[in-house]
Order: sequence, then C-alpha cells, then structure tokens
Amino acid sequence: MNKEKLKVDPIKNGTVIDHITSGKALQVADILNISNSEKEIMIGINLTSRKMGKKDLIKIENREISKEEANSIALISPTATLIIIDDYKVIKKFGIDIPNEIKNHIICPNSNCITNIEGVKTRFELANKNPIEVRCAYCEKKYFIDDVKFSF
Amino acid sequence: MKNLISMRDVSTKDILKLIDLASKIEKKEINVDMTGKLAALLFFEPSTRTHFSFETAVKKLGGNTFAMSGTSSTSVKKGETLSDTLMTISMYADIIVMRHVIEGAARFAAETVDVPVINAGDGTNQHPTQAMLDLYSIQKTQGTLNNLTIGMIGDLRLGRTVHSLAQALSDFNPKFYFASPQHLQMPTYIKDDLKSKNIQFEELEDIKEVMPELDIMYVTRIQKERFAVLEDYEKVKDAYIITKKLLEGVKNNFKVLHPLPRVNEITTEVDDTKYAYYFQQAKNGVYMRQAIITELLNLNY
Repeated sequence: MNKEKLKVDPIKNGTVIDHITSGKALQVADILNISNSEKEIMIGINLTSRKMGKKDLIKIENREISKEEANSIALISPTATLIIIDDYKVIKKFGIDIPNEIKNHIICPNSNCITNIEGVKTRFELANKNPIEVRCAYCEKKYFIDDVKFSF
Repeated sequence: MKNLISMRDVSTKDILKLIDLASKIEKKEINVDMTGKLAALLFFEPSTRTHFSFETAVKKLGGNTFAMSGTSSTSVKKGETLSDTLMTISMYADIIVMRHVIEGAARFAAETVDVPVINAGDGTNQHPTQAMLDLYSIQKTQGTLNNLTIGMIGDLRLGRTVHSLAQALSDFNPKFYFASPQHLQMPTYIKDDLKSKNIQFEELEDIKEVMPELDIMYVTRIQKERFAVLEDYEKVKDAYIITKKLLEGVKNNFKVLHPLPRVNEITTEVDDTKYAYYFQQAKNGVYMRQAIITELLNLNY
C-alpha cells in the first residue's frame, strides 16, 4: 500500500472526487452542498499527486454524485475526476464537461454591468477552454476564470 | 431578427439582408409603411445625433415617436427600476430604441419586454446600428465588403464603434491597420477574436506609411481627458489628425469615415476632397435605421 492511500480510509459506498485543483476542495464541497450533510466526508488538501504535483480530494460516504452535479464544479476544478464506489469496488469513473453556458453562479466583475445594478441573474458563456475564459452575456466582457468570483 | 442588441448576434446573412433593404429604401425601390406604429426613443444617456437619426428614420417610414432624453424628468429619478420603466413603456410602444450608460442594459431590456428592442448604445459595450451604418457606407463606397484594407485611427481602446465594426467586418476577410497612442490601443479581447478568425492586423503608432494601401480609414476622436499628463497629449495629437497632405497618394476608391461628432481630428480642408465621406455616412445612418426598424417590425413593403 503506498503512502498516499494510507492517508485516507477507503469508502464502502459513495463517491470519490479526485484530482481537484489544489486548494479548491472546500469550495467544491460548498458547491455540491455536502458540507452541511450528515454524511461522512473526508477532505484532503494539498495531497501529493504524480499527475498534478498537488491536488485535493474528497470522499463522500453513501452519496452518488451525478454527472450533472459534477459539471457544476467544472469552472473551479475542470481536472476533477469522479469515482463511484459500490461495496469497495469502482463501478463508474468519469471526468467533467465544462458547460457552454453558466447561469447564476458567476458574479460579473464589471461594476457597470446591468447584472450588478438591476439584480439580474448572471449568464456567462464559455469563451475559451484552455485557459478557461468566460464572457458575460450582458456586458459582453471576457474574463479569465481565476479573475471572477462565484456565488452558490 | 427580433431585436438588435449586439453585432455578436448578427449573422453575415442578416448583415447582407439589412444592407440590401437599406439600399432599396434609399433608392425608393420599396415603400415601407409604418403608419400607426409608435417607437419609444429612450435615451437614458442623452445623444442628440443618434436620437435625431432614429427620429428621422421612424418619421420617414410614416411612424411616430415619443422620446425621453436623460433621466431627470422621469420616474427613474424617483427610484423606479429599469425593468418597471421598460415594462410600462412597452405597453404603449411598438418598438423600443434605447441608449443607456450601463453595459448590458439593452440585452436586459430585450429579455424584459415583448416588443422589439434596438440598442442605441450601452455604455462602452455595443452600438450595433452604428456598425451597420458603417458597413452600409463601406459597401456603398467600395461596392463590396470583402477583402478590404481598413485603417482605424485614434482612440481604439474606448471607442465602441471601432470594436463593433472590427468584429462585424471579420467575416469578410479584411486586413486591418490599427493606429493609436500606446495606451489607447485596440483591446486584447477584440484582437483575440480577430486572431481566432485568422484576420490579418497590424498595430502602428503612425498611419502615414500605410496610407497608399488603404481602402477605408475610420477615424475616431482622441479626447484630451484620456491623458493623465497634458504634455503626453500634445506630443501625440498631430499624428492622429487627418490633413489634406496626408491623403496625397491614396487609392482612387479611398474614403475617410468618422462616426461624428468631429472636433479637430479631420481638418475642414479634407471636407472638400472626394475622400471625405462622413456626412454621407450620417445620412446612410437614416436609411440603415429605417431598414432595421422595417426588419424588426416585419413591416409591409
């Protein structure tokens, strides 16, 4: 058994979210609304990863995260992979698709955008996948994903 | 087309259709009937020129207008939301023309009301009817929109007309020269869009050397206020003033365009040359706005 595996116990049933962008695990937990649940959750931050250097990881007992739910974390951690576990066995493994349109979750950084003035729900389109850039459907300004704030 | 909010929504097919319609209206090949229809001209940010152009367009079509300029005499001043103002106006008007200082206000308006909305400028974002009238002017003077060499000069950072026009022309294989002071260059997001479409462009500080190549020169005003130090403005301002001398040796089909108002960036001696086209350009604006209203209201002709 290697050192990485020793750090967190395996789960019997549930979901492992692996390869989360380092430092984003708590935000991912928030978005998926798992922080307030009664389920057993293990969160690893800044774990050593051969692929990524550093990564975060979340294990959730007795909850299967759907593909649709997973896509909602695409913007903050597009590299994440989800592994669904049943009786200690991997039954499904999938990556994340970055949606072409993101409703509500991004706050437009442009203070003169109507979404910040009239209380309009925001809508952003994906302008570029690598690096991720999004464009406000209203003021049409384009931003790198690291330059925007989220509201979930 | 239901609304005209941004050139980003306008397809090449739409552009060509509107140019064709404007041309037919100008040549009186068709008679459009807007009788009995009302256009609300909502200029939350005052603009005499665009306002008059729309008013002329509606009246030439036989329609009528009611207008608002600034917010001082309206319920907006009393704290009414933009949404409520628009909903109320849409109960009276058949079409809304709106200019607003807030970016995205026009898109929001189009999503709020059932009647068609025309964006007459939203902050620093879009001014699509200006872009359309510029395209019409280019088509009329060059006989085509394809494969042209276009110089844009002046304040390219904050001038929304040059942004919309550069984007709109990018489907017609242009070659661009952008001449501006360093801190007033074309924004990166526009340049990125052009790169992604493999459009050739070059940034210059002085337009002089490329003048013989140009089919069109689009001039915008450099405002003194954009310079932190007045001396910096004094240093660069002459490089961005179009004089008769600068036009020596240009192509026969060459034309100077300007969205107006002009201050001193084109000397008045240029007005008498065959290259000056800015006043006709303003006139083309009326035909193009007539065409846009005709299309959005699906008027009979």
